[in-house]
Amino acid sequence: MIKTLAKSIREYKKPSILSPIFVAIEVILECLMPLVIMEFIAKISPTGVNGAEGVEMRTILIYGGILIGMALLSLITGMLSGRFAARASAGFAKNLRKDMYYAIQDYSFANIDRFSTSSLVTRQTTDVTNVQMAYMMIIRVAIRCPLMLIFSLVMAFTVNVTISWVFLALVPVLGAVLVIVIFKTHPIFERVFHKYDNMNRSVREDIKGIRVVKSFVREDFEKKKFEAASEDVCKDFTLAERIMAINGPVMQFCIWLSFLLIFLLAAILTSRSPANPVGEEQLTVLIMYASQILSAVMQLSMVIVMIIIARTSGERIVAVLNEKSNIVSPENAVKEVKDGDIVFENVSFKYSANAEKFALSGVNLHIKSGQTIGILGGTGASKSTLVNLIPRLYDATEGAVYVGGVNVKEYDLEALRNKVAMVLQKNVLFSGTIKDNLRWGKEDATDDEMLRVCKLACADDFIQRFPDKYDTYIEQGGTNVSGGQKQRLCIARALLKDPKVLILDDSTSAVDTKTDAMIRKSFREEIPNVTKIIIAQRVSSVQEADQIIVMDGGKIVAVGTHDELLASNEIYQEVYYSQNKIGNPGAAESKQGGEENE
Amino acid sequence: MSKSAESVKQMPEMRKKPKIHSFKLLGRLLSYLFHYYKGRMIAVFICIAVTAASGISSSVFLTLVIDKIITPLAHGTPYEELRMTLFYIIGGMGLMYIVALCASVFYNQTMAIVTQGFLRHVRDDMFSEMQALPIRYFDTHTHGDIMSVYTNDTDALRQLISVSIPQVFYSCIAALVLFVIMLLYSLWLMFVVFAGVAMMALVAKFVGSRSARYFIKQQDVIGKTEGYIEEMMGGQKVIKVFCHEERAKEDFDKINDELCDASDKANAYGNILMPAVMNIGHFAFVLVAIVAGLLVLFGAENLAVTGWGAFTGAIIASFLNMSRQFSLNIGQVSMQINSVVMGLAGAGRIFELLDEKPETDDGYVTLVNANIAEDGTITESAERTGKWAWRHPHRADGSITYTELKGDIRLFDVDFGYVPNKIVLHNVSIYAKPGQKIAFVGATGAGKTTITNLLNRFYDIADGKIRYDGININKIKKADLRRSMGIVLQDTNLFTGTIMENIRYGKLDATDEECIEAAKLANAHDFITRLPEGYNTVLRHEASNLSQGQRQLISIARAAVADPPVMILDEATSSIDTRTEALVQKGMDALMKGRTVFVIAHRLSTIQNSDAIMVLDHGRIIERGSHEQLIEQKGTYYQLYTGAFELE
Repeated sequence: MIKTLAKSIREYKKPSILSPIFVAIEVILECLMPLVIMEFIAKISPTGVNGAEGVEMRTILIYGGILIGMALLSLITGMLSGRFAARASAGFAKNLRKDMYYAIQDYSFANIDRFSTSSLVTRQTTDVTNVQMAYMMIIRVAIRCPLMLIFSLVMAFTVNVTISWVFLALVPVLGAVLVIVIFKTHPIFERVFHKYDNMNRSVREDIKGIRVVKSFVREDFEKKKFEAASEDVCKDFTLAERIMAINGPVMQFCIWLSFLLIFLLAAILTSRSPANPVGEEQLTVLIMYASQILSAVMQLSMVIVMIIIARTSGERIVAVLNEKSNIVSPENAVKEVKDGDIVFENVSFKYSANAEKFALSGVNLHIKSGQTIGILGGTGASKSTLVNLIPRLYDATEGAVYVGGVNVKEYDLEALRNKVAMVLQKNVLFSGTIKDNLRWGKEDATDDEMLRVCKLACADDFIQRFPDKYDTYIEQGGTNVSGGQKQRLCIARALLKDPKVLILDDSTSAVDTKTDAMIRKSFREEIPNVTKIIIAQRVSSVQEADQIIVMDGGKIVAVGTHDELLASNEIYQEVYYSQNKIGNPGAAESKQGGEENE
Repeated sequence: MSKSAESVKQMPEMRKKPKIHSFKLLGRLLSYLFHYYKGRMIAVFICIAVTAASGISSSVFLTLVIDKIITPLAHGTPYEELRMTLFYIIGGMGLMYIVALCASVFYNQTMAIVTQGFLRHVRDDMFSEMQALPIRYFDTHTHGDIMSVYTNDTDALRQLISVSIPQVFYSCIAALVLFVIMLLYSLWLMFVVFAGVAMMALVAKFVGSRSARYFIKQQDVIGKTEGYIEEMMGGQKVIKVFCHEERAKEDFDKINDELCDASDKANAYGNILMPAVMNIGHFAFVLVAIVAGLLVLFGAENLAVTGWGAFTGAIIASFLNMSRQFSLNIGQVSMQINSVVMGLAGAGRIFELLDEKPETDDGYVTLVNANIAEDGTITESAERTGKWAWRHPHRADGSITYTELKGDIRLFDVDFGYVPNKIVLHNVSIYAKPGQKIAFVGATGAGKTTITNLLNRFYDIADGKIRYDGININKIKKADLRRSMGIVLQDTNLFTGTIMENIRYGKLDATDEECIEAAKLANAHDFITRLPEGYNTVLRHEASNLSQGQRQLISIARAAVADPPVMILDEATSSIDTRTEALVQKGMDALMKGRTVFVIAHRLSTIQNSDAIMVLDHGRIIERGSHEQLIEQKGTYYQLYTGAFELE
């Protein structure tokens, strides 16, 4: 895991190394300073070794100068290490996000299916932030604390060996308590996060369903539900926090105990050899070391907590980075798609290698260039699965798919997908103007080109009615256009690619029948050479197709024209009559008329 | 979703950033905290004071040990003479530390309980307050914004209350004690320490305020990045289909760099703060040493509030110790600047939510169980009778009249606007007799949903009158009014829990049999029993384990179990494919039987058999009549019906 993550440090290696170096210098200075101070105090103290008579101006200036110089250097190195640590960690986080995002861009549909959208977002935001904080702690504090601990101990021993044993005895005590606290609280935190999610879900569902809550007058019911969840969270968090609240007093206890012991030992040592007293200079310095050592232990425990939290995040990031796309362009790829001729040869497909059922099995099909093909079938009939194989969004498990006479696996992916335009069932428009969205189809499209495709998709009419016309801003998720408008914009966007094959996966379901018919008419007249594959719920959308494919349970059950199928195929008949009540042609219209999702 | 968007568009920007008056906010937060934990908080503050004072007093003991023990020992006083003194000093010190330790344990434990308890109270209060807010609030605030008050803003309070407030108080007490000790020891050195402290405070303020500012900016950019990533991840398949990967990378790099920059600056200032303050502390420390040295050199007399005296090594040593403690305290306080700023910003938004005005309800007509005699006289019943009546107390003479609940709803010349000056419904009059089915047809924004929002008083009308069984609905208690109306929306809004629990939501005391009966009525029973766990199937993640049609059937069953005389069906079937719709339609028809129903639908087939169809355009009823009448008129409805016109 660490190896994979470390690859993302790249250009931030320099600050990542400089930061601990400056930290080390800072620590050494901080540990030496008390020693110099000790000497200084001994020299100036009226009761010290020299007595009042021995104080010299020169001594004061020299020591003062040295100390100020050291403080200055420590200030500079401290600031630099902080600066570099910030740069290194922010940069590392940036690279991690970038690497993940880039990796996801290379994902195939199969890879995308494996992660949920929201988990991909969390991995790129919260998880990266956790790793960033841990990284900053590691290159700064995790280096600083052990160094501080060791140096301070060594220095303390040089000052007074006997008293320093006090520190050596206290460090494990403090360390042990902290470790116990960490191990006690960690499982509680793991557990409480689920409860926390529970509580948040209770809020989210209440906000989303506020109309339902109010209509059923369930305000008090919801309150009780929430309060139970919030109490649940409160209990566990309180327990965890109470255990953690042991830290502070234990730390204080250790510091105070060390003071007490230092004083006591100082008195005893002095009484044993009055000629060699443990004077104020030694006491001051030892107290300083005491607090440095104990706070280093304390900070180290905080770093450990950070690392534990970050470890799970790190694993989640690595999962994204290590996911490799199984669909890539081959070497010496074919860059030219000759025409829109499509052949399925014994194609079977399943979504994952260990899935029991084939989503598609034994498909043999030949679609000639320029034909219009309709595909009909219930939900779960694998209509989308079938067309997804054409632009190689998934690879066939068995058999092969040919476009323009060439196996799709031999094409350069971009070349293939540019010529096989697909309008997905789950359409997405992006925030930006209508023009911005259309340009997805062709980056340098002129206004005339855009106008032409929008007319083809019957989108020009409503666009012209917007005050800002083609510069109308589309909100995130396309919430400010209706379902039917969104679908037509998506069709126009796909047409801009000037494709040889156009696939509409249930892409006119929200468009009314009349407009739907107009779109098909313009396809017939304006782009006769493009192979058009239309998946639809409505029979009327596919009625005039050259061939209609009826699918059920992952198999093609019938292929034929409208009249042939109406005469022979049971499923087709059933669908047709459910939508066209015999003897009431008006009802058929009404069923479809204005079938617009808001 | 679209419903709220619809009304939001019609409203001006309501959410404005309140200017944060930090001290006022802090004061309010503390008084809120004291409201719940007055006694404990006072005890906590006392214990903090004890702990801080004891911690600082170490310096006094340092002086004592040096002056009374070490120095005499060094000058040859035998240990035996000093033993008792040593015993008193160490004993006193130990005693003080034990007291302080107890205080410390007490306040740390109490603060843990208080913090989490307080956060729970805050959440409960917010949720409880939120339940009482009018629909208008939810229409004008995004769900994400409301959610983040419960999560981010409340979390930001945690650090502020559990760490920052005690820390700042501790440091204040420590500073006070230090000040007193310094006064007693040496005024000269005290001035030197003060100079250092002033310097530290300045640097802490300079760096700290920048750090806080950049941290808030970083929060903003993180939000922006999250929004961007969310949009892209949602559209990842479209990106693939359009080979748009390279462009997507370029755009991402821009926003990613921006985040890196903000995060770099925020953390840089954050990281610099501590070394800066601590090292200035070192300067102050050295300064004290130098001045002390100079004073000794020139043989200056020491001045303390107790009078003139001689400098001793003990005084110098404890002063050095004190100046160090001073800088440690200032360092600790400065580390809290970020959490204070963020916590107060969170508190601001929490108070904003708590300050929202709740829905008002002046209704006094209530719904009661009733017995209806053959001659039509109605008497109130304590038990469930299956019949309901409006209990209408008359203020003038104190009498009470009862009216049977039938489901007769009439709107007279109703005008309405989401904002006072922008009327979106004009002169709407509708007469729905008990058992009738009224349909609304019209484009998005024509006002169909708005009308239903007025019936159950999610919003109040601007002009005109709405009567329910002859009673002005403003006189009816909102809860009772709503209880008498069922509602099925396009967004099913099922809750996490079993299917049975979701159906029971319509009537909390319904038996399992009643729920199953309702499910049968809604045509949901079949598919539910085919699920492996049947009625005990747990719905998760907004019931994504069910199809849209199945979810819709459950929401219909939920309305059915409530058995209200009036139903509102708002686009209940529009996101279902035609094959499933036939199934759902059956359930709907069964549900509608014998009730007054208001239907909004895009598919005209679902409303053909209505008693009356209202065609709405820009908030006005432009056509009304039965299906046949409207077809004959050859107006807008006819055009819609024949597909010559598209609804948008």
